[in-house]
Amino acid sequence: MSYLEVKDLRVAFPTDDGLVQAVDGVSFNIERGKTLGIVGESGSGKSVTSLAIMSLLNRKHAIISGEVIIEGKNLITADEETVRSYRGHEMAMIFQDPMSSLHPFFSVGDQVAEAYKVHNDVSDEKAFDHAIQMLDRVGIPEPAKRASDFPHQFSGGMRQRAMIAMALCNDPSLLIADEPTTALDVTVQAQILSLIKDVQKEFNSAVIVITHDLGVVAEVADDVMVMYAGRVVERGTVNDIFYRPEMPYTVGLLSSAPRLDQVSDRLIPIEGQPPSLLRLPAGCSFAPRCFAKSHVNGDACDTTMPELLQTRPGHDVRCHLESSARISVAKQRLAGEN
Amino acid sequence: MTEPILSITDLQMYFPVMKTGLRTVKTGDVKAVDGISLDVMQGETLGLVGESGCGKSTAGRAAIRLLNPTGGKIVFEGQDITNASRRELRPLRTRMQMVFQDPYSSLNPRHTVGRIIAAPFEIQGVKPEGGIKKAVQELMERVGLNPEHYNRYPNEFSGGQRQRIGVARSIALRPSFIVLDEPVSALDVSIQAQVVNLLDDIQKEFKLSYLFVAHDLSVVRHISDRVAVMYLGHIMEITDRDTLYAAPQHPYTQALLSAVPLPDPIAESQRERILLQGDLPSPINPPSGCVFRTRCVFAQDLCAVDMPELREVAPGHKIACHFPQISLQKQIEIRRPHSDQPMPPSSIQVDRPQTSGPASGRDFVGE
Repeated sequence: MSYLEVKDLRVAFPTDDGLVQAVDGVSFNIERGKTLGIVGESGSGKSVTSLAIMSLLNRKHAIISGEVIIEGKNLITADEETVRSYRGHEMAMIFQDPMSSLHPFFSVGDQVAEAYKVHNDVSDEKAFDHAIQMLDRVGIPEPAKRASDFPHQFSGGMRQRAMIAMALCNDPSLLIADEPTTALDVTVQAQILSLIKDVQKEFNSAVIVITHDLGVVAEVADDVMVMYAGRVVERGTVNDIFYRPEMPYTVGLLSSAPRLDQVSDRLIPIEGQPPSLLRLPAGCSFAPRCFAKSHVNGDACDTTMPELLQTRPGHDVRCHLESSARISVAKQRLAGEN
Repeated sequence: MTEPILSITDLQMYFPVMKTGLRTVKTGDVKAVDGISLDVMQGETLGLVGESGCGKSTAGRAAIRLLNPTGGKIVFEGQDITNASRRELRPLRTRMQMVFQDPYSSLNPRHTVGRIIAAPFEIQGVKPEGGIKKAVQELMERVGLNPEHYNRYPNEFSGGQRQRIGVARSIALRPSFIVLDEPVSALDVSIQAQVVNLLDDIQKEFKLSYLFVAHDLSVVRHISDRVAVMYLGHIMEITDRDTLYAAPQHPYTQALLSAVPLPDPIAESQRERILLQGDLPSPINPPSGCVFRTRCVFAQDLCAVDMPELREVAPGHKIACHFPQISLQKQIEIRRPHSDQPMPPSSIQVDRPQTSGPASGRDFVGE
C-alpha cells in the first residue's frame, strides 16, 4: 500500500513571456520504508515537484493540477488549514541550502523547538528539551550546550543536521530531501547520507531524495525517476536505471559523468543544451539533443511526444525507439562507441 | 620529465584577522596556505583537490600572483615572481591566465562578449593579425560559440556558454599556463562534459599547462596527470593520478575517496566507507602537529607534536603522514564498466583483490 500517490501532477507558472510548464504530468507512488530518487538537471522540474507535494507553491503564481494523495486525502484541493496539519506531522522537507534556510536571529534549539510546538501542545521548556533530544539524535556534539547557539556558530554540515532535526521532530512519515548534500563537502555528504538512511530505518519513513548527483542516487535510492524538461522520461528500480537504462537521456547522463573508478580518454557529453521551458520542441523535448534519433524511422521524434510506457514490469521509458533498439544503442554509448 | 613551468616552494598565504574597535588590532591570521611546495611541469595538468576551506583556490590565485604571498617562493618559466611588482607582472600576464569558477560573476554584464574577449588584447596592447574583431571571432569559433553572437551580452548565454567565453578570454593571448579554478563545478553534468572536453582539446592544441583546482574528485581524475590533495593549508599527498586513485597512502586521501558515492548501486553497496567524524578545524587556530590528526583514526601521540614533512615514499609519490596506510584502503578498481573490453594499455595495472566476486556489478545483472 503506497503512502504517497502523485497522479498527473502539473505545475505551470504564468510569466510575461508566456506559460512556463515546469512540471508536466508527473505520476508516482511511494511506500513507507522506501527511497525514491528524482534525478534531473537544473530546470527539469524536480524541485517544483517536491514543492508541489508539500503544497509550498504560492497558488497566486502557480497553476497546479493533478492529485497528491496522502492517506486518502488529496492535498491539491485541500484547504490551507488541512495542509498545515499534514506538513511537519505527515510530511517534512529538508532544503538544499542550510546556510539560508535557518533564521539567523533565533538559536538553533529555538528553531527546532518551534517546529515541535506547532503540532504539540507543550510548554516552551518541554519543546526545547525535545529539540535537544533531536539535535542529539542527528549527531550534534554536546547538544544541550549547542542548542542555544545561533546558526552562524554552526558549520555547514551541522546546519544541515539541524535542518534534519527540525524535519524529523514530529516523526514525519514522508521525508523529502531536496539536494540535501549539494552545498556540502564529500566527507560531510557521506555523514549526512548515512544519517538520512539511519533515520529512515528508525522511523520507517518514505523518503524522496532529489539530486543531480548520480552517485548519491546509487547510494540511497530504491527506485529512481529521471526527469527532463518537466516530464518523467524514465522510471525504474535503481538497478534498472544504472544497469539497464533505455531512455537516451538517462544513458547520456550516465556516459557524460566522469567516474572515480574509471579511466576514459574522453567524456561523451550530451550535445546542446536543455530547452527553454517557454519554447519546448514540438515533439520529444529531448529530440534536439538525442543521439539515438537517427535510429527512429520517420519524424515521430520531432512531431509527437512519446508516452511513458512500460518496457518491463516496474520499468517505464518515454521514447519512440523500439525497446531492443534502445538497449543496443545504450550499450554502444556506454561502451564509448558512439 | 621536462622542466617545471611553475615551481612553488614553501608558499604561505596568511590573511590577517582584525578586531575593530577604538583601535583596529590584529588578533591572528587565517593560515589559508601554510607552506606548500609543488611543481607544474610543461604540458601537464596538475589537479589540486580538497574540501572547501582547505586553501586550494587561494593557492591557485597566489601561484599566479593575483595575491601577494606571505612567504615562500614562486618561479614561473625560470623567473622569480614572488615579489614582482604590478608593472613587472603585466607582461607575464600574457603567459599565465585564469578561468574562474562562477561564469555568472566573472563576466561584466554591461560588456558585450566581443568586448570581454577583446579585453586581453587591449590591456596588453597586442594587435593581432587581421584586427581584434577577427581574432575574437576566431576564438569564439574555437571554443564552440557562434561568432555572430559577438555583440550579445553575457545574460543571453547559458552557464556552459559563459564558461566557454571565460575560456576564450583566457586563451586569447596564447598563454602557456592557466589556473582553472573550479571551471565546471557550476555546470550541469551533461554540459560539464562538454567544457571538460573543450579544455582537453585546447590544452593539446596550444600546448598548455594547467593547474586544475577542484573539489570534484571524479572530474580531477579525468583531467589530471598528477594530483595534489590539500587539507587545511597543507599538501597531504601528491602523486600521479593513477597511483593516487588506486593506491592512496594518506588516511585523508583514503577517506576522501571513499566518501565519493559511485554511480553504480551494487559496487556502492559493497564498498567500505571511511566516515570522517566532525568538521574541518578552523584555519585561524589549526591543531598542533599534523593538521588532520583531529579527524584521523590512526592518529597517535607523535601526530600532536610533530607536523609530518611531505616526504617521498616512492618515485614521484609524496605524502605528509607519520603512519601511512598502505594496505587498509580497499583499492578502487580501475575498469571500464558497461563494457567487456580489456583495459587500455595506457592505464596501470592495479591489485584487484576481489575481481572474481560481483564487486564490479557486471556479472549478475547482465541481460
